[in-house]
Amino acid sequence: MKRDMLAIGGSAGSLEFLIRTLPVFWAGLGLAVVIVLHRKSNGDSTLTHLLASRTSMVVKEVEEKESIIPGVIYIAPPDYHVLIEKDFTFSLDYSEKVNYSRPSIDITFESAADVYGDRLACLLLSGSNADGVMGMKTAKAIGGLTAVQDPATCEMPYMPQRALDEVEIDFVVNDGNIREFLETCDGNQRESDKSV
Amino acid sequence: MIGSEAVSDEGLDVLLNDLLELYGYDFTDYARASFKRRINRIFSLDGFPSFAEFRYRIRNDHEYLKRFIEEVTVNVTEMFRDASFYRALRSEVLSVLGTYPFIRIWHAGCSTGEEVYSMAILLKEEGLLHKSLLYATDINPQVLEQARSGIFSMTHMKQYSENYINAGGKHDFSSYYSASYDRVKFDDSLRSKMIFATHNLVSDRSFNEFQLILCRNVLIYFDKDLQHKVFQLFDDSLEMLGFIGLGAKETLRFSPMANRFKQYGGREKIFRKMS
Repeated sequence: MKRDMLAIGGSAGSLEFLIRTLPVFWAGLGLAVVIVLHRKSNGDSTLTHLLASRTSMVVKEVEEKESIIPGVIYIAPPDYHVLIEKDFTFSLDYSEKVNYSRPSIDITFESAADVYGDRLACLLLSGSNADGVMGMKTAKAIGGLTAVQDPATCEMPYMPQRALDEVEIDFVVNDGNIREFLETCDGNQRESDKSV
Repeated sequence: MIGSEAVSDEGLDVLLNDLLELYGYDFTDYARASFKRRINRIFSLDGFPSFAEFRYRIRNDHEYLKRFIEEVTVNVTEMFRDASFYRALRSEVLSVLGTYPFIRIWHAGCSTGEEVYSMAILLKEEGLLHKSLLYATDINPQVLEQARSGIFSMTHMKQYSENYINAGGKHDFSSYYSASYDRVKFDDSLRSKMIFATHNLVSDRSFNEFQLILCRNVLIYFDKDLQHKVFQLFDDSLEMLGFIGLGAKETLRFSPMANRFKQYGGREKIFRKMS
């Protein structure tokens, strides 16, 4: 079934995976993507520029109350939690860290699950804490698609491994099958135009 | 919040209605996702077995209500958070305000007061504190009590000291407080210029005119309509050529009064009232 939102969470080691695989994300992908990465809290936006240079999709930092549009990759800003409202807009939150993290992956996954229900797909990447696992559980419970980066390919396998241990995972993603995963999220449409 | 949530959207509406009818707290125009999370957070923190018991406690236990208000509103703050913002305040805004005979500043939604003390330190270093008054308001009387005391936990001082240096601080940060065990108390000379009062941005009106209003990371918790209402309140409370300072991810740009304000201080969210 087609999903409307792909939420990706990552911590230590996840940036490398994104840099390698983002060229596969094609403009015209029929869902919105939000990426929540743990990072230093200094306010610069170089991460957004870096990721934007790797894909033909529009990549931008989440802005407060911004409407969510399919085909766009949204990056969580440093030092804010990202939540999703019922009217498909983002809201930001500067509350306590969760799992020692702000932005917290759990917060975005849970909030997205609340709004998108089974139209949500979650992907948890390399990392060395368990942020995101709880959110994956919530997503799975309401019929969302769950995926992790193959721990064998992770610099820090702890995070996806915890998800595999605790949640039923639908898809184990690696460099070789990322396109197949995206097609699954997009409702298995065979894209004729998947040029990178 | 794990799998099945404790307070549903319907339950949330019931609570919002209770809070407004019984206590006059109007949270209906708060950004829903964040507010719902806060409600579910305190529900599980305080170990309620059911929504009914949660609601009963809020309706009937006035002591608990204080805790509830403190926990559902976000009170996370830091001294000198966002060094570049404070550098811009110092170089772009205080240089203008310094020419006035008297400076009135409003910290709207000041929480436990960290930004108010940061501001007082800036004013002192620019030689302006003696002719300044800092009005600090919050919806929540508990946090104001804390702010008024000038007492903060020692654990954050290392971080705040770094923030202060990055923000262009001119002295030794520890010269502004005296430490005893795990707590520090900030100078009375700073506190003597502060006035603390409860004020609800949702329901209370303008109470003075200011040359600078600081309201950082408060508006993100409001929906768009409420944000516009609060901007109107700020406009009513701001002198011509006065300044508004917002959080890094907040902007006046999309408000109906945007054309009368000019962004000031480079990339920082500082806006000046031009007409």
